[in-house]
Amino acid sequence: MKARVTVTLKSGVLDPQGKAIEGALKSLGVAGVASVRQGKVFDIELEGADGARAQAALKEAAERLLANTVIENYRVELL
Amino acid sequence: MKSAVVVFPGINRERDMARTLKLVSGVEPALVWHADTALPSGTDLVVIPGGFSYGDYLRCGAIAARSAIMDAVRAHAAKGGLVLGVCNGFQILCEADLLPGVLMRNQQLRFICRDVYLRVERSDTAFTRGYNAGQVIRVPVAHGEGNYIADGETIARLEGERRIAFRYCAPDGIIDPQPMLPPSFGTRARRRPSNRRAEPTRRGMIGA
Repeated sequence: MKARVTVTLKSGVLDPQGKAIEGALKSLGVAGVASVRQGKVFDIELEGADGARAQAALKEAAERLLANTVIENYRVELL
Repeated sequence: MKSAVVVFPGINRERDMARTLKLVSGVEPALVWHADTALPSGTDLVVIPGGFSYGDYLRCGAIAARSAIMDAVRAHAAKGGLVLGVCNGFQILCEADLLPGVLMRNQQLRFICRDVYLRVERSDTAFTRGYNAGQVIRVPVAHGEGNYIADGETIARLEGERRIAFRYCAPDGIIDPQPMLPPSFGTRARRRPSNRRAEPTRRGMIGA
């Protein structure tokens, strides 16, 4: 089973890397870029086919390692 | 005083930390590998040194904070044992939930390597007792992720519990608005990440 965990900065947390990317996109002349926030994507392959168990494992993975919940949110998707 | 320096893959300041601890305490510290599950018996102080544990993958200090030895460090801290994190060690302590908050990429995206001035807020901690409260000291910093972030409630709690050991200041002691370095629960001290070595001072290892 394939899954994806997406980690993003909480709103209000300053994202200097996103700001720098935003500036670069604007200087490239890419039209219509209002703002950029940088995040992380983890593509994870899971053993077994139990969706509920996979959700629980991914939640644990995100809470315990993939995201720092002081500053980040995460989203779990089974693909 | 018996001290232990924890070594993770990618840490590179454990030798100067060991040298400094030997100079300050007179006793050679134990070097403890991250995969170990126990600290040497009788350890008074655990030091997490600086460097780039696990290549700063995922987030600085995140992977080291989940290694086997950190359970022993947590237990040591819970008993009131001393823990010092310098540089990447400070990031590891934050990631391990031994200290509140998190260190983020510097706002200007610059690696900052320079001397800063700190005002000693407390001289009644194990880490700062060689100083006088109010004294201004000069300390080198070197960090790319040294932007300490915690929510307002956490900052208020740290202030309320007098857990700020040092504050950034101008050379004349005028305070920047940003607080820094609480010795958490009175037993854990931390510095902004620094990769550069300062010579140990007769006043204690905080200058190291």
